Amino acid sequence: MSTLVIADHNKGELTGSTLSVIAAAKAIGGDIDVLVAGKDIGGVAEQAAKADGVNKVLTADNDAYGHDLAENLSLLIAEVGKGYSHLLASAGTVGKDTMPRVAAMLDVAQVSDIIGVQSEDTFVRPIYAGNAIATVQSSDSVKVITVRTTSFDPVAAEGGSASVESVDSAHDAGLSEFVSEELAESDRPDLAAADVVISGGRGMQNGENFKMLESVADVLGAAIGASRAAVDAGFVPNDMQVGQTGKIVAPNLYIAVGISGAIQHLAGMGDSKVIVAINKDEDAPIFQVADYGLVADLFEAVPQLEEELKKVV
Amino acid sequence: MKVLVAVKRVIDYNVKVRVKPDNTGVDLSNVKMAMNPFCEIAVEEAVRLKEKGVATEIVAVTIGPKVSQEQLRTALALGADRAIQVETDEDVQSLDAAKMLKAVVDKEEPNLVIMGKQSIDTDNNQTGQMLAQLAGMPQGTFASEVEVEGEKVKVTREIDGGLMTVSLKLPAVVTTDLRLNEPRYASLPNIMKAKKKPLETVSPADLGIDVTPRLKTLKVEEPQPRQPGIKVESVEELVDKLKNEAKVI
Repeated sequence: MSTLVIADHNKGELTGSTLSVIAAAKAIGGDIDVLVAGKDIGGVAEQAAKADGVNKVLTADNDAYGHDLAENLSLLIAEVGKGYSHLLASAGTVGKDTMPRVAAMLDVAQVSDIIGVQSEDTFVRPIYAGNAIATVQSSDSVKVITVRTTSFDPVAAEGGSASVESVDSAHDAGLSEFVSEELAESDRPDLAAADVVISGGRGMQNGENFKMLESVADVLGAAIGASRAAVDAGFVPNDMQVGQTGKIVAPNLYIAVGISGAIQHLAGMGDSKVIVAINKDEDAPIFQVADYGLVADLFEAVPQLEEELKKVV
Repeated sequence: MKVLVAVKRVIDYNVKVRVKPDNTGVDLSNVKMAMNPFCEIAVEEAVRLKEKGVATEIVAVTIGPKVSQEQLRTALALGADRAIQVETDEDVQSLDAAKMLKAVVDKEEPNLVIMGKQSIDTDNNQTGQMLAQLAGMPQGTFASEVEVEGEKVKVTREIDGGLMTVSLKLPAVVTTDLRLNEPRYASLPNIMKAKKKPLETVSPADLGIDVTPRLKTLKVEEPQPRQPGIKVESVEELVDKLKNEAKVI
């Protein structure tokens, strides 16, 4: 039994989510190799080699993999993945995009977004926006899996000393081309990996008012999120969306401001360690999951919160 | 050009999900069912392409029991020209669904396939990508903008951290994200007209597909409930609790 983990990386850095996928691979058992694909990825491979529990790092450094195009990447993963019993990626947008193509190529099912490992063939995953938790068993010879990384504590980033080998493989399916990218430039922590998240909902009334949340986030070093209602209303871009159809977050502290708490939103933040809700509607469902609820007008409470936090942080 | 739109019948997104007491699944008896929200966005995008003169014909397809014809009639009322139902009462998992859709694609030869990025029941986010692979097509997943340019389609995709635009050779598969469009409601005259539009029924066997589930659901449970919290009276109390009780700041 052996697992190939597909590394996530961003701007030449291995992302923390990969360390959580390695943790899921450890829970399955067997040898763990990591595949790093992209362009100019030497630094990422070095970081992956230091991660705890990694046996070998395989690198595929080629223009064809430079923009994570699923048509090319899936060909590489299917080729390099031969002989492994498990192929694991994080359930980020690259893993979600690519792994089903790999599964179809291998004529096997995919188990999406696992939150637990029961045995080498049995996994736990949320369905119906997390309103039900299914335990599923795969009968396929190769298990293609995406991992909800917030559900697995990352392995140590240092301490390992895996070998690094390059894979001489350039697959360009010739079906798709990268045109452009618009990435949000921010000094804030990544939403999916932040220790503290402060999110706004429809109660924020407009995008301009999110500046109030930014001020609080500056004090706490927090990432900023939003409910689907706030995204649908056009207050903020979709990459800030927390929920069933957006990002899944599980920070130590989640502060929901002007968010009613629709099930789609709770699906994305319900595993946070401590949840704070600020809402003027005392019957809002968000209070049912909040550890600390404050019934108040957010336009008064949020500036006060900023002042009080400055005193203690 | 011809557009194929795949739609799925799922539990209505407003309905509270209840797990069956015997833990075999979710209780769907006497529960309101509807078209998956992402599929509505897919139908809307196809209709807009037709209104722009880009698409000439829209074919809606679904896989499911006889009652899922309701969702096809909805798609017809929204503007699809005709519909195909792959009728089966079995548990069709993503790979089999993709194989059935591939068989429909082989027969219909659409230039573009549009479908939802995920269904809100199984939350898998797989079928579109699997279909693209099986049909040898490129894919534009999690689309927030779709622009057909001659023999190619430009798709802006919602990715972690922002947006990415790709150019795909047609035929291609596009899966929809939330912000692609805002679906319209079907008007009463269009609902009446939809009843007369052609709807063809085929079986998985007609398509040469043997339904073989690879994943066995051992049990389905309620999620662990959170411990009930408390209400605080003021911002000062909140910050005090966060610092001294929860110790998270």
